[in-house]
Amino acid sequence: MTASSERPAARTLLPRSIRKNWDLYLLVLPVVVYFLLLKYLPMYGIQIAFKDFSAAKGIWGSPWVGFKHFERFFDNYQFWTLIRNTLEISIYQILVAFPMPILFALLVNEVRGKWFKKSVQAVAFMPHFLSTVVLVGIVMAFLSPSTGLVNQAIRLFGGEPVYFMTEPQLFKSIYVFSDVWQNMGFSSVLYIAVLAGIDKSLYEAAMIDGASKFRRLLHIAVPCLIPTAIVMLIFQFGSIMDVGFEKIFLMQNDLNRSSSSVISTYVYEIGLLGSQFSFSAAVGLFNSVINFGLIVAVNRIARKSGTSLW
Amino acid sequence: MEFNPKTKSRGDRLFDVVVYTVLAIVMLATLYPLLYIVSASFSDPLAIVKGRLWLWPQDVTLESYRKVFRNPDIWMGYRNSLIYLVVGTAVNIAMTTMGAYALSRRDLKGRHALSLIFTFTLIFNGGLVPTYLTYKNMLGLYDNLWVMVIPSAVSVWNLIVMRTYFQTSIPYELQEAAFIDGCSNVGTLVRIVLPLSMPIVAVMTMYYGVAHWNSYFPALIYLHDHSRLPLQMIIRNLLIQEDMSNMAGGDGASLMDQILQAEGMKYAVIVVSSLPMLIMYPFVQKHFVKGVMVGAVKG
Repeated sequence: MTASSERPAARTLLPRSIRKNWDLYLLVLPVVVYFLLLKYLPMYGIQIAFKDFSAAKGIWGSPWVGFKHFERFFDNYQFWTLIRNTLEISIYQILVAFPMPILFALLVNEVRGKWFKKSVQAVAFMPHFLSTVVLVGIVMAFLSPSTGLVNQAIRLFGGEPVYFMTEPQLFKSIYVFSDVWQNMGFSSVLYIAVLAGIDKSLYEAAMIDGASKFRRLLHIAVPCLIPTAIVMLIFQFGSIMDVGFEKIFLMQNDLNRSSSSVISTYVYEIGLLGSQFSFSAAVGLFNSVINFGLIVAVNRIARKSGTSLW
Repeated sequence: MEFNPKTKSRGDRLFDVVVYTVLAIVMLATLYPLLYIVSASFSDPLAIVKGRLWLWPQDVTLESYRKVFRNPDIWMGYRNSLIYLVVGTAVNIAMTTMGAYALSRRDLKGRHALSLIFTFTLIFNGGLVPTYLTYKNMLGLYDNLWVMVIPSAVSVWNLIVMRTYFQTSIPYELQEAAFIDGCSNVGTLVRIVLPLSMPIVAVMTMYYGVAHWNSYFPALIYLHDHSRLPLQMIIRNLLIQEDMSNMAGGDGASLMDQILQAEGMKYAVIVVSSLPMLIMYPFVQKHFVKGVMVGAVKG
């Protein structure tokens, strides 16, 4: 594959090295085929965003229509609602769910007792292993207006039951905080690992200087976490347009739709349920392109500060 | 000034109190809902609805479980999920190991280009609809076992983690020695590298296994045939669409009774479907941590 781009001197060597290691290439072949067929072939299918796809003519044979579907999306009355919901959920997520594992790791790092440290972590990991379906099932069971535990507690204190799942204003908070509950512990592993690797002599020096525990946390532990946190933040920003379909789709109902419709659920609805393949592909492509631009841009900014993905 | 690390200042003691209190609260907040679900699954639904259940089971009964296990869909979902898990994970491990091993070798020409081609799919993909059309119309991945296995055959992330493990944890001299003894690449992988990589293979097996067990999205999109649905899709119908009618009802029970029984069954369904993961959890937990660490070392 790279043979043609090599210099002439190397070209005579290459076939022999391939012949010698032919089984090595055979090992990687299925993986290459996998990526070409299952990842790159669908990218070739993106062209239907610029065509009027008809199943009879196939992806290649359908007629080109330019940016028609994109224009239709931009003029769509739902356009701004979708963008706003997508951004709001993402930013909410970054503001609330992103710092939690960092704070948790900092706290766990301060615990000296081995037993307590182990138990806290073991318990905090647990919800991560529940499936999205089960998590949403739990959330709905707990928040049910008639039988849910939360509303029973509210009633016990003399309050009126709250219709959590059908209240558009509450959707985003339920989404984000259930995510914190499920993933905070597990996401903290990485940060805990970084903290465990900090040179002990830094702490000893700070102690001799009379730094309190809080100061040591602030001036040693936090700065050590920052590079890792920045890399994780880049990932988050890179998927800012991509809030998870899986959970939102399960939490969505007709009454909370005004705040739960995001681009990914819209693409599913109009594309797979409504069979408007080309239009849906255009919406999806618009989303991917913005995402791609974001991750490249954020990475460039991060590189100036010395930490980046590539 | 005298310095004694054994004595704590008042500020430090306060700091400790705050740390332990916050962590204790986090622990309770995580554990309580889980305990409540287990208790609720063993309780009489009437006690739940009346709000008598706060922590321990009330009016203990196994009725909810009996109802859940009498449901043929649950069994079918369990069986399907197990098949997808076993076949899927086997394919995952085979593909990931082969790819990671080849990529770990310095004498594989173009390995950087390949890594780049693979990693690019992390930040850009075909999107839902083109992917769906390609899989269904061009690759025939629709309504069969393979659509649950092939599309997730390799995770780029795991591939990179495993490649890094091969590169950093297995001395290259060992492989060279094998080559000198006339071992082929495949032979070296199977006889030298894999036996030394059992920790990472275990981690990968668990990562992939949990993902298969918990996945519902491919089934939602690519499976139409009811008899092929995995457990997650079955419990989605029960838990989220609250389609308990055919489960609870039947034997002349009143509507009120049916609603009550459905209430108790919700919790039993949650426990039953999460049970394999919860049983595995204590064994898996430390490996998972290791897996994350290995991945993080890569940088």
